[in-house]
Amino acid sequence: MWNWATHPISGLSFLGMVIGAVVILLLTLLVVMYSIYWQRKLIGWIQLRIGPNRVGPFGLFQTAADVLKLLIKEDVIPSKADRVLFLIAPILAFVPAFTVLAVIPMSQHHVFTANVSIGALFYLALSAITIHGVMLGGWASNNKYALIGGMRSAAQMLSYEIPLGMSVVGVVLMAGSINLNDIVIAQSRSIWYFIPQILGFIVFMIASTAELNRTPFDLPEAESELVAGYHTEYTGFRFAFFMLTEYVYLFAMAGLFATLFLGGWSGPFLPGWLWFALKVFLYISIQFWIQATMPRMRVDQLMTFSWKVLLPLALFNLVITAVLKAVV
Amino acid sequence: MALTDQQQPIRTEEMLLNVGPQHPSTHGVFRLVVKISGETVLDAEPVIGYLHRGTEKLAEDLQYNQIIPYTDRLDYLASMLNNYALCHTVEEALGLEVPERAEYLRVIVMELQRIASHLLFIGTYLLDLGAMSPFLYVFQERERIVQLFNEICGARLTYNYVRVGGVKYDAPPGWLDKVRAFIPFMYERIQMYDDLITGNEIFLRRVRGIGVFDTETALAFGMSGINLRSTGFRWDLRKNRPYSIYDRFEFDVPVGEHGDCYDRYYLHLLEMKQSLRIVEQALDGIPDGPTLGKVPKIIRVPAGEYYSGIEGARGELGFYIVSDGKDKPYRLKIRKPSFVNLQLLPDLLRGRNMADLIAILGAVDIVLGEVDA
Repeated sequence: MWNWATHPISGLSFLGMVIGAVVILLLTLLVVMYSIYWQRKLIGWIQLRIGPNRVGPFGLFQTAADVLKLLIKEDVIPSKADRVLFLIAPILAFVPAFTVLAVIPMSQHHVFTANVSIGALFYLALSAITIHGVMLGGWASNNKYALIGGMRSAAQMLSYEIPLGMSVVGVVLMAGSINLNDIVIAQSRSIWYFIPQILGFIVFMIASTAELNRTPFDLPEAESELVAGYHTEYTGFRFAFFMLTEYVYLFAMAGLFATLFLGGWSGPFLPGWLWFALKVFLYISIQFWIQATMPRMRVDQLMTFSWKVLLPLALFNLVITAVLKAVV
Repeated sequence: MALTDQQQPIRTEEMLLNVGPQHPSTHGVFRLVVKISGETVLDAEPVIGYLHRGTEKLAEDLQYNQIIPYTDRLDYLASMLNNYALCHTVEEALGLEVPERAEYLRVIVMELQRIASHLLFIGTYLLDLGAMSPFLYVFQERERIVQLFNEICGARLTYNYVRVGGVKYDAPPGWLDKVRAFIPFMYERIQMYDDLITGNEIFLRRVRGIGVFDTETALAFGMSGINLRSTGFRWDLRKNRPYSIYDRFEFDVPVGEHGDCYDRYYLHLLEMKQSLRIVEQALDGIPDGPTLGKVPKIIRVPAGEYYSGIEGARGELGFYIVSDGKDKPYRLKIRKPSFVNLQLLPDLLRGRNMADLIAILGAVDIVLGEVDA
């Protein structure tokens, strides 16, 4: 982390931070664009369709065209909506999802990211803020579907935050550090943690899927029940922001997944950033694969599952890890 | 002692929610006014009629063969069965002899149609539950069937194929072989759906024990078809009141045990297999000969009242004709299985939550073209 005591902020270092943030933003947008493209292609193939192939070679510019379309759409704010909250909500959802990327070590050299000593905690704390954006968006729209969608999201994300955090704690215990970079280094010295932390790995996979509101936990956006969930009333750019949040968060979660369980940037032969990219790609592809295969869970089963199955499992994992750590 | 603010129970409000008519999961234009408290449905009222085209009234101005295209548009997923149901009633009224080959062709297209319709049920049902892929898979098999129909009658959706006294066209050369080639392919695909869907834990948890009703209720509401059979009551008009040449074929009537949404889903799978068996036997037994019997140029049904029902894809599909001896019916009443099956819906929904609403509505299996006529 930036040491404020020894390095007082100067014009040059501030400029460096701004450039870093902009580069990360651009990188994120690129990743988001092509993960959406990849989602549509992959699911298309699974469903025996071709997927986007019209805009640009192999449809590579499809997402760009879609975003452009959203940008030139009319920005509708329902007259009965709570104006201020309605405007704040997409930003509130987007900012934390983007900020957490700052602490994910994308390569061994922290070129544009911060080497924060409390990385994992920082990630979990900030990602929890996204819920407010979603909930406020649903509330402020003054629409019944959006309200139900928003409330569902809030309940779901809160319930799954806890097992998610618990599964992360298992990894932290093993590595003996909350610093994400240290966790990667610890893994590169021993073994990727998805093997010793297999229980935590499973809990993380499930809880992160729920956290991202993806199938089979995509209840907040249950199309057949709720039309489009919390962003039903959003149009144009604000809608794009919610979509962006979803995919940025997916990227961030993939980064966390790679860092915690698959050894982050560490790996033989290839450069660190490439290893990181491959692992992120793996996580994202698994998410899309699940999306193409699974039906949706029911809302009450969802809660039961989180509190009665995942949480005890995560706690059990934690106890085992602690005991083993003390014994070995 | 007055309660303080914190001691008072939380004040909740009921909410009136309009599901439809332009809702993504109502399969057409169907509106459901649900009163919900939280996510629990307190009451539901189906509002129908958005697709009403006055088929029954229109029929009073049409000659019998002219009504057939209108029946195509009732349950547009099972047009062949609708065609046949009308023609069958008229034939019964006239006492017409239908050539053997025509009967066989009818059975083949009707069973293929039943498969196509059931396939779409499975696809849309899974789509309602949030799984998108099966919906796209079923269209592959359905496409093969639709292609077969296209070859025999030149239409993909509204066939107008079955006529009073027979069928319009004989099978083109090689058509029967194509049907035969379709059978093993279809068996394989049914097995695939069984593997893909039936074993999915999430799916099972969503449909088991949901939307349960017993045989008495089903009979009291006049339900038929899979909705009735799912309660364990073995009732299939092809067996119990054989029409056409169904008494010549060997097939089983699968029934459910619990009367829940899972049984209704699974019966669709099983019935497709039985339909394939019938098609197979029909292909083996089909004779040569004419495809249209001796039918008068202008069909005049003798004065009287006639009813006959067949086993449609969704239940008993019946046409009730009142004739005053003219070439047009005095009154035509259609017993629409979708409409009848829909009546129990509010009872099934009460007390369930919103997610079950979709699961139950989907499993009752309605087609709005038929509900509204």
